[in-house]
Amino acid sequence: MPRLWIDGQELEVEQGVTVLEAARKIGIDIPTLCYLKDLNAPASCRVCLVQVEGRPTMDPACVLEAQENMHVLTHTPEVVAARKQMVELLLSDHPFECLTCERNLNCELQRLAKRFGIRDIRLEGSRNHFPVDDLSPSVVREPDKCIRCRRCISICEYQQAVGIYRMIERSFNAVAGPAFNGSLMETPCIYCGQCITVCPTGALREQDSTARVWEALQNPDLHVIVQTAPAIRSTIGEEFGYPIGTDVTGKMVAALKRLGFDRVFDDCFGADVTIMEEARELAERLERGGPFPQFTACCPSWVRFCESFYPDLIDNLSAVKSPQQIFGALAKTYYAREAGIDPARIFVVSIMPCVSKKYELLRPEMNASGFRDVDAELSTREFAQMLFQAGIDLRKMPDEAYDSPMGYASGAGVIFGSTGGVMEAALRTVYEMLTGEELEQVEFPEVRSEEYKDAEIQMGQYRLKAAVARGTGEARRLIEAVLKGEKEYHFVEVMACPAGCVGGGGQPIYIETNDWNEQVAHRSRRAGGLYEQDRRKEFRKSHTNPSVIKLYQDFLGHPGSDLARQLLHTSYVSRKLYAPEPLPRKEHKQKVQPL
Amino acid sequence: MTTLLEELEQERIRPETEHRLLLCGGIPCTSLGCKKVKEALEEELQAQGAAGEVPLEVVGCIGDCSMGPAVIVYPEGIIYQKLKPEDARTIVREHIVNGRVVESLLHRDPQSKEILRRREQLPFYRGQTRLVLRNCGVISPHIDEYLKYRGYAALARALAELTPEQVIEEVKISGLRGRGGGGFPTGRKWEMMRASPGDEKFIICNADEGDPGAFMDRNILEGDPHSVIEGMIIAGYATGARQGYIYVRAEYPIAVRRSQEAIAQAREKKFLGENILEKGFSFNIEIRIGAGAFVCGEETALISSIHGTRGDPNPRPPFPAQKGLWGKPTLINNVETLANIPLIVLHGGSRFAELGLEGASGTKVFALAGKINHTGLVEVPLGTPLRTIIFDIGGGIPGNKKFKAAQTGGPSGGCLGPEHLDLPVDYQSLQEAGSMIGSGGLIIMDEDTCMVDIARFYMDFIQDESCGKCTPCRIGTKRMLEILEKITAGKGEEKDLETLQQLALLLKNGSLCGLGRSAPNPVLSTLHRFREEYLAHIRDHTCPAGVCRSLTRLRIIEDKCRSCGICARICPAAAISGARGKPYVIDPEKCSDCLRCLEECPFDAISRGGERVAAPMD
Amino acid sequence: MAVKSARETELYHQLTRALEKYKGKSGVLIAALQEAQQIFGYLPRQVMIHVANELTIPLAEVYSVVSFYSLFSTVPVGLHRLEVCMGTACYVRGAEKLLQGLQDKLGLKPGEVSADGRFSIATTRCTGACGAAPVIKVGDELYGGMNEEGLDRLIKELKQ
Ligand SMILES: Cc1cc2nc3c(=O)[nH]c(=O)nc-3n(C[C@H](O)[C@H](O)[C@H](O)COP(=O)(O)O)c2cc1C
Ligand code: SF4
Ligand code: SF4
Ligand code: SF4
Ligand code: SF4
Ligand code: SF4
Ligand code: SF4
Ligand code: SF4
Ligand code: SF4
Ligand code: FES
Ligand code: FES
Ligand code: FES
Repeated sequence: MPRLWIDGQELEVEQGVTVLEAARKIGIDIPTLCYLKDLNAPASCRVCLVQVEGRPTMDPACVLEAQENMHVLTHTPEVVAARKQMVELLLSDHPFECLTCERNLNCELQRLAKRFGIRDIRLEGSRNHFPVDDLSPSVVREPDKCIRCRRCISICEYQQAVGIYRMIERSFNAVAGPAFNGSLMETPCIYCGQCITVCPTGALREQDSTARVWEALQNPDLHVIVQTAPAIRSTIGEEFGYPIGTDVTGKMVAALKRLGFDRVFDDCFGADVTIMEEARELAERLERGGPFPQFTACCPSWVRFCESFYPDLIDNLSAVKSPQQIFGALAKTYYAREAGIDPARIFVVSIMPCVSKKYELLRPEMNASGFRDVDAELSTREFAQMLFQAGIDLRKMPDEAYDSPMGYASGAGVIFGSTGGVMEAALRTVYEMLTGEELEQVEFPEVRSEEYKDAEIQMGQYRLKAAVARGTGEARRLIEAVLKGEKEYHFVEVMACPAGCVGGGGQPIYIETNDWNEQVAHRSRRAGGLYEQDRRKEFRKSHTNPSVIKLYQDFLGHPGSDLARQLLHTSYVSRKLYAPEPLPRKEHKQKVQPL
Repeated sequence: MTTLLEELEQERIRPETEHRLLLCGGIPCTSLGCKKVKEALEEELQAQGAAGEVPLEVVGCIGDCSMGPAVIVYPEGIIYQKLKPEDARTIVREHIVNGRVVESLLHRDPQSKEILRRREQLPFYRGQTRLVLRNCGVISPHIDEYLKYRGYAALARALAELTPEQVIEEVKISGLRGRGGGGFPTGRKWEMMRASPGDEKFIICNADEGDPGAFMDRNILEGDPHSVIEGMIIAGYATGARQGYIYVRAEYPIAVRRSQEAIAQAREKKFLGENILEKGFSFNIEIRIGAGAFVCGEETALISSIHGTRGDPNPRPPFPAQKGLWGKPTLINNVETLANIPLIVLHGGSRFAELGLEGASGTKVFALAGKINHTGLVEVPLGTPLRTIIFDIGGGIPGNKKFKAAQTGGPSGGCLGPEHLDLPVDYQSLQEAGSMIGSGGLIIMDEDTCMVDIARFYMDFIQDESCGKCTPCRIGTKRMLEILEKITAGKGEEKDLETLQQLALLLKNGSLCGLGRSAPNPVLSTLHRFREEYLAHIRDHTCPAGVCRSLTRLRIIEDKCRSCGICARICPAAAISGARGKPYVIDPEKCSDCLRCLEECPFDAISRGGERVAAPMD
Repeated sequence: MAVKSARETELYHQLTRALEKYKGKSGVLIAALQEAQQIFGYLPRQVMIHVANELTIPLAEVYSVVSFYSLFSTVPVGLHRLEVCMGTACYVRGAEKLLQGLQDKLGLKPGEVSADGRFSIATTRCTGACGAAPVIKVGDELYGGMNEEGLDRLIKELKQ
């Protein structure tokens, strides 16, 4: 247990604790920028410098381990001046576009500038000008705003195991980016948007869809309906100051109605339908004897991951579409018929925790209804943006209920938004499907673990081996183990984002901590609201949801029927990893579109 | 008692009496056409029927590259320099066949007019103490030759007589400090490495030599690779490592090849591999090739590079001795440091410590280059005055120009001025003078060198070689470069000097690795020593040395011009006019600054620099 | 994708064979890329993709390394690549003027290839021949003690 002195204050800390953490214990908040504890510690930004007595140079507190007898000075005039100059240097190679920047008021660089009271830019010189990459349907890269913290590299490599970014070039031009500083479209990026959630600045953001949705809402010829994904109800509140994980479903529905949507539906209904089909598929595989494991396919990023890196396994992907696309296909067929509206006039908006869904809805095969099944997707952040623009204060909303016929969901559909939720939802239905018995204990704590865990569950004659992979990094390890024959599973849930959709790439960005594990914990806390709602639900299994039963009775027939297959099932392609030629790019900078 | 050097000389008395030719195949000589000389020698030997009998060996740099290509003829040890192919033929016909030394091709001392025959007699070599370079250029790099000069005897002694701790003790006693730039005591480093827990440890020989203007390590590897390999094996034995890597840049193909060959030879003779000399110690060496990045000489960057990625430095601690290559304890030593090891182990640390100064024992090899008559490798005891190196050994500045500065330590070092000529060259005094020994680059500059431009040059280099990882170096060096460019373009302001100073401090204090931390040194040392020159650029819009293009105008000096008209005829811009009997004039509007007139004027009537020119319009 | 010529196809086969020995090993990327550059003369996009796929390394990693080390070139170079040493020793002995002279004589800028593909100019850091500064490097050959006439001779020699 090293004993050290920080600014003259004596303290004892655990072995391996950094000076940064030690200082925090005694109320000294050393600024950081590049650091994200346990994920990224390149010591590159140098805004956390401290002076250790007896050392010739300053040291970065974020990686400097506390040592016996160390004397640390954290705010001598020299130290403060050095930190400030670091920020000034960063600003001297940065566009001053805060007013039009997506991260305005939620940007770590901007905060540092404020914290150091930088009032003029004493250092001027040439700046880097890289082309903006706005070709991909999901992620926009604006490298001019990159501060080279490398967080995107770390998360994409270590957490997601995709490896799109590296530091490229060197010297002044060195920047984090994909190969050739090209477009993400030329890479196997899975559009999970995780890099967006950790980027401290506006260098990474989602494609903006708000303008399209505003346009649709203003068009009197369109019947605009919206579906809200499971994970939104417990995260949109964050943008309005609610405590993390607060379930604000009723207020959210009310707000959407005031925004002008003609109908507000619950995507959890789509999730319930997904479960119906997927459970049936699993039962079929069990009868047929494979191929196993069956992978869930409700996460488009995971699907793209599998298509790109494990094309031999695409037959293992469940053929059932994601809730978003199931909802879309049903909205323009089933709902159109029920409501007597020409499907050509229906404009389907989905609000998702996700940026990958922007890509998914554009996949060419997603037109089972005869139209683009889903027309636009808004991330949680964009949804909040629209509410701000409209001046709708979520806190002042009454609680209102979803519209029917696609507004009611079971508890199973709701927990889709959390990691393990899809698995648990499926198990509730599969169990009864396979055994014919009623499931008394509907919760499966064995798949709710915070750590990777697999489970064996007896289901009638079958001993079902199931696993939940939280993030594609874990999925890759799991697949490698399966391919080597070290592991064997029947059913595997993969959600690309850490903690599942509650931690999706489209969720509110939380910059209050520089500790990755805390970030993940923060995300998991959001899931609390979902499990809470599940417990309060009258129906907690998808197949007992009356709206779902009605859908099958009135329209689809039974799970796996011809119509169900046509509308709700899909197929996959094996993908080349890299585009052989660069895609043409416009050089101009795209600004956030005005209203 | 004989000194270590004398002892080494004793060993050098060759037993044979037969003729042998050693042709310098060092890179400078190669670039000066030694290949053609070699062909000529071979042809002539063939023609004279002496081909098989008189061996012709190509050796590493003999030393005085400015006099290359050179050949040494044994057994007499006669040196012939600046050879042309015809000379080579003459040497074979006269010296080899007829046994007559070719007087006309021998070196004649410019002052005393005395003819100097043997290499050791030449002033360039006389002033040196060649320990590390003991074999370079005088024996072939083959292991058989190395063995003749007690090669691998140190290894044998270490394995047979000394425990690893005793080896480390010898190195500590020797007082050897790292020659790669940092000057860290080698014995202490080894001790830390030995104490570092871990069953797998590595040794890296740092042969990256990225300092522009330095070529010591290259020549050691090319001329005497076995001394380095022997040093590595001993280091492995002492510290508990079983695997070594030589990290050498791809720009050094011959060094790579020689090292490869030497490793194979050592392996064949069982100095490398399993159970070396039947003493139960095993050690292997592999070569890793760098791909052109100065920063890869820095220890953590070098490790990244061996890992196969970009050469990104990482924060220290943890130090490589704790967590290095593949996360294992790793010792990194410079080529020259390692080449010293066999001497220390064989002759004892205290013998070694006799040389040089207290706290800076032994010798240092310098790569002497720039505006100096004799360029090449110079090895002197630490503490030798700069004047001795520059004037006695290097033969002074060409063209009777004035000595202005000596740049030591490359891009991490600084400039010493005339007031430092009597400074003993060692770690401490150089540091106190605002420079450093560094790896041993020693670039001499004369009055025609602009120190602001030199600062700009180094900053340009550093900016280009910055890995771009940390904020102060990635952006700070760019800003510093921009300011220096502004000043050399005549657009500087006095407050720029203040900004330069501030940025320099920030880089020194806050950069992640040694590259950024030492990057400001050339600027700081010139700012300190040649501030007037900066001010001349800023206040007077003049480049006193006449280097900075935007600040110099060519002028014909009236008194000197003899109206010969040559300049007007060759001027491609038709900028010069005049008539017989009157001094010619240059029209600055037309002049394209090609400088041809300056060179061609037979009467040195054209000058530039020094005088005030109008401030450029902004 | 452009159709590969027979010669190109053969080069790619050669590359695939060469990469075999690196598969499944760590720390081999730089060596693999050096070999690839030897085969193709430079590293075009396709070659980098090929290396990435064969060694199952992210393409970004390949590009990261290629764009970091000055030894790698992503553009073709001339049959004769004249590199002027810009190291300190050469610089103080007039390398800059040499570079200017070379540019004037060949009508090329650093990084450009002459229309007939025979010449390209580049600058390099110290080649380790500082003793003979200023130095020009052509392929693997070094030419020391360079000056205006030396340049003329060299170019004449290379033009034959
Ligand atoms: C930017 C930079 C470049 C360096 N280049 C070299 C080099 O080319 N060769 C070398 O031996 N050491 C170089 N060093 C020093 C090494 O990092 C290291 O200190 C040295 O190899 C240790 O060996 P020594 O103790 O034997 O000197 C460099 C250091 C820095 C910061
Ligand atoms: S990223 Fe955006 S908000 Fe942050 S400092 Fe830059 S311009 Fe301003
Ligand atoms: S913060 Fe300052 S610059 Fe920005 S909008 Fe307000 S007044 Fe304008
Ligand atoms: S893009 Fe964002 S996350 Fe990535 S290095 Fe740049 S600033 Fe950091
Ligand atoms: S969106 Fe996901 S896969 Fe794509 S670059 Fe970002 S983190 Fe990597
Ligand atoms: S886990 Fe959820 S938020 Fe993340 S990519 Fe998949 S569907 Fe989107
Ligand atoms: S100091 Fe320069 S070379 Fe070193 S890590 Fe920072 S940017 Fe890279
Ligand atoms: S060459 Fe010299 S001497 Fe002759 S005209 Fe020109 S300046 Fe005068
Ligand atoms: S420098 Fe060149 S252009 Fe200018 S006057 Fe002399 S010869 Fe003419
Ligand atoms: S260097 Fe410590 S936070 Fe960036
Ligand atoms: S290379 Fe021949 S003497 Fe230096
Ligand atoms: S500086 Fe040109 S060869 Fe070293």
